[in-house]
Amino acid sequence: MFDFLKGPIYTVQTFYSLAGRALANIFKRPHYWDDVAIQMDIVGVGSLPMVLLIGLFTGAVITLQMARALNQYGASDQVGQIVSITLIRELGPVLTAVLIAGRNASGMASELGSMKVTEQIDAMRALGTDPVQKLVTPRLLATTIMLPVLVIISDFMGLIGGYFTGCVLLALTSGSQFWNSAYRALEINDIAQGLIKPTVFAMVIALVGCHYGMNTTGGTQGVGRATTQAVVVASVWIIILTFFIGKFFVAL
Amino acid sequence: MAAAPSATAALADAPLRMQAVTVRFGAATALDQVSLTLQRGETVIILGAAGSGKTVLLKTALALIHPDEGRVLLFGEDTSRMKESALFELRSRMGILFQEGGLFDSLTIEENVAYPLRNQKSLRCPDADLRTRVEEALNFVELGHTLEKVPTELSGGMRRRVGIARAVVTRPELVLYDSPTAGLDPITANNIMTLIAKERDTRGTTTALATHRYQDGHLLANYRYNANTGRLEAAPNGGQDLRTRFLVMGDGRIVFEGTQDELEASTDGYVSKFAKRLTE
Ligand SMILES: Nc1ncnc2c1ncn2[C@@H]1O[C@H](COP(=O)(O)OP(=O)(O)OP(=O)(O)O)[C@@H](O)[C@H]1O
Ligand SMILES: [Mg+2]
Repeated sequence: MFDFLKGPIYTVQTFYSLAGRALANIFKRPHYWDDVAIQMDIVGVGSLPMVLLIGLFTGAVITLQMARALNQYGASDQVGQIVSITLIRELGPVLTAVLIAGRNASGMASELGSMKVTEQIDAMRALGTDPVQKLVTPRLLATTIMLPVLVIISDFMGLIGGYFTGCVLLALTSGSQFWNSAYRALEINDIAQGLIKPTVFAMVIALVGCHYGMNTTGGTQGVGRATTQAVVVASVWIIILTFFIGKFFVAL
Repeated sequence: MAAAPSATAALADAPLRMQAVTVRFGAATALDQVSLTLQRGETVIILGAAGSGKTVLLKTALALIHPDEGRVLLFGEDTSRMKESALFELRSRMGILFQEGGLFDSLTIEENVAYPLRNQKSLRCPDADLRTRVEEALNFVELGHTLEKVPTELSGGMRRRVGIARAVVTRPELVLYDSPTAGLDPITANNIMTLIAKERDTRGTTTALATHRYQDGHLLANYRYNANTGRLEAAPNGGQDLRTRFLVMGDGRIVFEGTQDELEASTDGYVSKFAKRLTE
């Protein structure tokens, strides 16, 4: 009767078992630090130009849109506060995470997916390595370390974008007033939120990407399907989790 | 009855024993109550149409796939309750050539062949010996000059040979070959089969070969490798000493098990199709 539920339940089961093993492996030998370093380079350094640009323009766009509203209330000197709160609490983590999901969850799914369909994953197990230890754990660690860093960089670029638009382009307020209000607006709560979110999102990105990769079936076509699914599922979860983490912090 | 004790001993020691193994993927049954024993020095040829379960059978034999029902015993040890780390040790005594190759794209040929020696802890291969062992295995498949290349730079036939080198570099007691000749031209296919016979006859490896070409089985059942001439030659006694058995799989079941003569004499519509291929 509930046969239609079997597929999704099975997927959730395999996902949690993969997540559990990947996390447990962090504390087990052998550690593949080389692979962690390579992945940190791919996720972190590789995404940097994109994150810099997106961060800069996000801050600029928020300022542009807020300028009129703030003017109406004669509060245009508060622009720094608006930019810093929206960016650091919400948009910085979410936008960066969605971008990294598009770039790296897909990359992980397609790389691991091709390895799966060419039996390289089976070969690892046959030849004495645990593919979760060798492939998933390094990706999980690397993303979890790099995403918060990328988010901080993106937030900072956003503030710079906001400063240029608000102070130089639109001359809403003075530079010192901008930075001062941006800084004073932040509470410890905001900063905690701004760092916990990317950590959670990073785990979602790496685990979802690896999960779809490791469970690819159906040849080359299957790799394409796994890649698309990984990006969609990771992005949707990021948005859903933003709400719940935000709600948790509002309740505090 | 006098032979009973030694027969039980041989059974306990058999490299591979599958007992009523069933493997399901969702609603589909890939292996259905498959029982199979492989004694030391035996060769078993697994024939069957595409999708009949040959690959699943070999992966289950290597404990890469865990059966839903039944047991798989490797070298007398039950694998059903074993942890992956314990399985690594058993698998280090086996070699496998995957149908899709399974060579690591990101590694060179040398690193690919060295991989099992480096990663299988139980082999304890000293680093100093790595290079010699790898060269020896690559020379065995006549690819000694490709050490620095990556798999994508090689042709399909060469990749299969690297796969064989990687499968035998650990000097395994049992080697599983999954469709080693699929998608190759007749000459290359013949070269690959000669290498498989060479491995079997120079080291006495227990061999399981999945294929849809009857010729492959015929070759292993009737010819042996002569180390002096470096060629295959017709085995004496009509190949009795080679201890070759044929299995035919259909829809996840073993529908035939027997000698070459029995296979050729089969009147079953499906089974006899695999024996007649040679005359085509
Ligand atoms: N990972 C999997 N998930 C779902 N079904 C699978 C999986 N692996 C194999 N199957 C199914 O099991 C059956 C047996 O497949 P298998 O690959 O063993 O066939 P085969 O005899 O090796 O065929 P071929 O000659 O084409 O290699 C097929 O119906 C296949 O669809
Ligand atoms: Mg197959």
